[in-house]
Amino acid sequence: MNNLLAVPVLLCLFGAGATFLAGRHPGVQRAVSVTAVAAVCVVAGVLVWLTDSAPLVLWVGDWPQPLGIVLVADRLAALMLLVAALVSLAVLVYATGLDQDEVRRETPVSIFHPTFLLLVAGVSNAFLAGDLFNLFVSFELLLFASYVLLTMGGTKDRVRAGSVYVVVNLVSSALFLVALASCYAATGTVNLADLAVRLAELPAEVRGVLQVLLLTVFGLKAAVFPLSAWLPHSYPTAPAPVTAVFAGLLTKVGVYAIIRTQTLLFPTEPLSLLLGVVGIATMLLGILGAVAQGEIKRMLSFTLVSHIGYMVFGISLATSAALAGAIFYAAHHITIQATLFLVAGLIQRVGGSSSLDRLGGLARLSPLLGALFLVPAMNLAGIPPLSGFVAKLALLQAGVADAGPMAWALVAAGVVTSLLTLYAMAKVWNRAFWGVVPEQATARVTTLSRQGRLLPRLMVGSTLGLVVLALAFTVAAGPMYGYVERSATALFDRSYIAAVLSGGER
Amino acid sequence: MGPVTANLTLALVAGALIACGVYLITERSLSRILIGVVLASNGVNVLFLVASGPAGGAPIIGLTPGPQMSDPLPQAMVLTAIVITLSVAAFVMTMAYRSFQINGDDEVADDVEDARIAELARADLASESYEEMGFSDTGEDVVSE
Repeated sequence: MNNLLAVPVLLCLFGAGATFLAGRHPGVQRAVSVTAVAAVCVVAGVLVWLTDSAPLVLWVGDWPQPLGIVLVADRLAALMLLVAALVSLAVLVYATGLDQDEVRRETPVSIFHPTFLLLVAGVSNAFLAGDLFNLFVSFELLLFASYVLLTMGGTKDRVRAGSVYVVVNLVSSALFLVALASCYAATGTVNLADLAVRLAELPAEVRGVLQVLLLTVFGLKAAVFPLSAWLPHSYPTAPAPVTAVFAGLLTKVGVYAIIRTQTLLFPTEPLSLLLGVVGIATMLLGILGAVAQGEIKRMLSFTLVSHIGYMVFGISLATSAALAGAIFYAAHHITIQATLFLVAGLIQRVGGSSSLDRLGGLARLSPLLGALFLVPAMNLAGIPPLSGFVAKLALLQAGVADAGPMAWALVAAGVVTSLLTLYAMAKVWNRAFWGVVPEQATARVTTLSRQGRLLPRLMVGSTLGLVVLALAFTVAAGPMYGYVERSATALFDRSYIAAVLSGGER
Repeated sequence: MGPVTANLTLALVAGALIACGVYLITERSLSRILIGVVLASNGVNVLFLVASGPAGGAPIIGLTPGPQMSDPLPQAMVLTAIVITLSVAAFVMTMAYRSFQINGDDEVADDVEDARIAELARADLASESYEEMGFSDTGEDVVSE
């Protein structure tokens, strides 16, 4: 059963190779990549079920333990893997619908599929990595794929946005290596479980330096406030499916890495004050940025930054209830943020623009599009009974239970951010979906719908699938929350260390 | 496992390389940034040598007795890092060249949308309300591009 851990990564890598070879046959490419990602979803589902009893450990290549590379899946990793795989599948189907009838120069089909699969491989590997260096390699894998996806087509805007993105991530990779070298110098290991044991024996000052180094690196990936400026700058120019998968997955990999390292390596020093301040700043400044935007994709990029703050909120309190909230939030937010970016792509298709000044009356042009936007938008803002509400409620309850001054400040900031998110979403709704239909939009919609190309079935179907997935989080909130709570509790009971260091079955 | 004594010279070399790299990365031109990235990553690689402890013989069983071997693990990591830097350098060069093709230079430009928002904020100060500014039914843009 443990060999199952390598399957998600291998499937994606083989798929990437196959689609690369089949560059001239778009049909084959689509079939291979959709099959590969769908299979990853199935495997991830099985992993979620298996890890609920005990974490799975696979020592790759059977090198002497704990020197070799190890893949580990506990509940947290399996859950993140499943949600990430489902979202990737929906985005892939959406992109398939897109490249069948959208302009081909924008997204050269032949490299999209291999790169996308490499990205999914990197993300899966990051969730399963059991040592710090493997985590670094998976980050590089997913980053490299993201560089290519972001600058695809090489237009002026994308090269500009790509330059910022690439340079920022190069700096963070260099910092990650510094952190790795320091960890190795201090402890002589990079295996996470082994590190957890050995770091505890180090002087607190040394441990503090390593902790802050790692936090900076992952904070940059997760776009936590002082390190978030690159995100709204680089995401909006990419094609809709690319932005959607970035928004859903890449920042959450950073959040996952923060949760993992904070709880596993530094359980005694939660840095509550620092993380609390950072969380509040991320939530408030992010959402204020979103409110000021007049372009939907940019606004969504700012809400993305802002809502990362909620996860930092949960991490900073460092209780198992708060972490359960943060994990549930991450799962909810991966889905919802990707959905909204996909809807933004549809809006751009119907309205011919994603700028609020040029849109209007979309709800009249296409009521279906209105529903597709409204449900996830309300979900993001946290309207009951949607999953955003469940996640926010869990965090707020954890904050109230903590009852320290910082916890109350976080609760207040969380409520304000939720309201301002509602305001931002209402602004989009008012200006893009209500109001007068611009003349050129009417002409455009008439032509497109006469050709039957207004809302391609695959694009709408995949977006709808994600909306339904987010609704399923509400319907299955009870069992899912139970699972999340068990995974949060397991973060503190050192079962991860025990499972890895006991030399699990090979 | 960890080194008993750290090599000060190597640490200083790493520091100097990273400092030069950081200075170059703060430049606007992508080709300078590239040189900065390469310098910084070489600095980091040297840092791994510091981490690996005192130098020893080649870590091959049968060639060097166990205790005299140098630690092979950081070397494997450095090797991986070098490969990654190589591909990154290639990618940044492509990007710089593409930027040169489009713009005639390889400088990282300011965000156009940022400037738009700043202009909107300035316009807001002069107007009665922001909503009126935004809701132009004429279909014309409030902000000139």
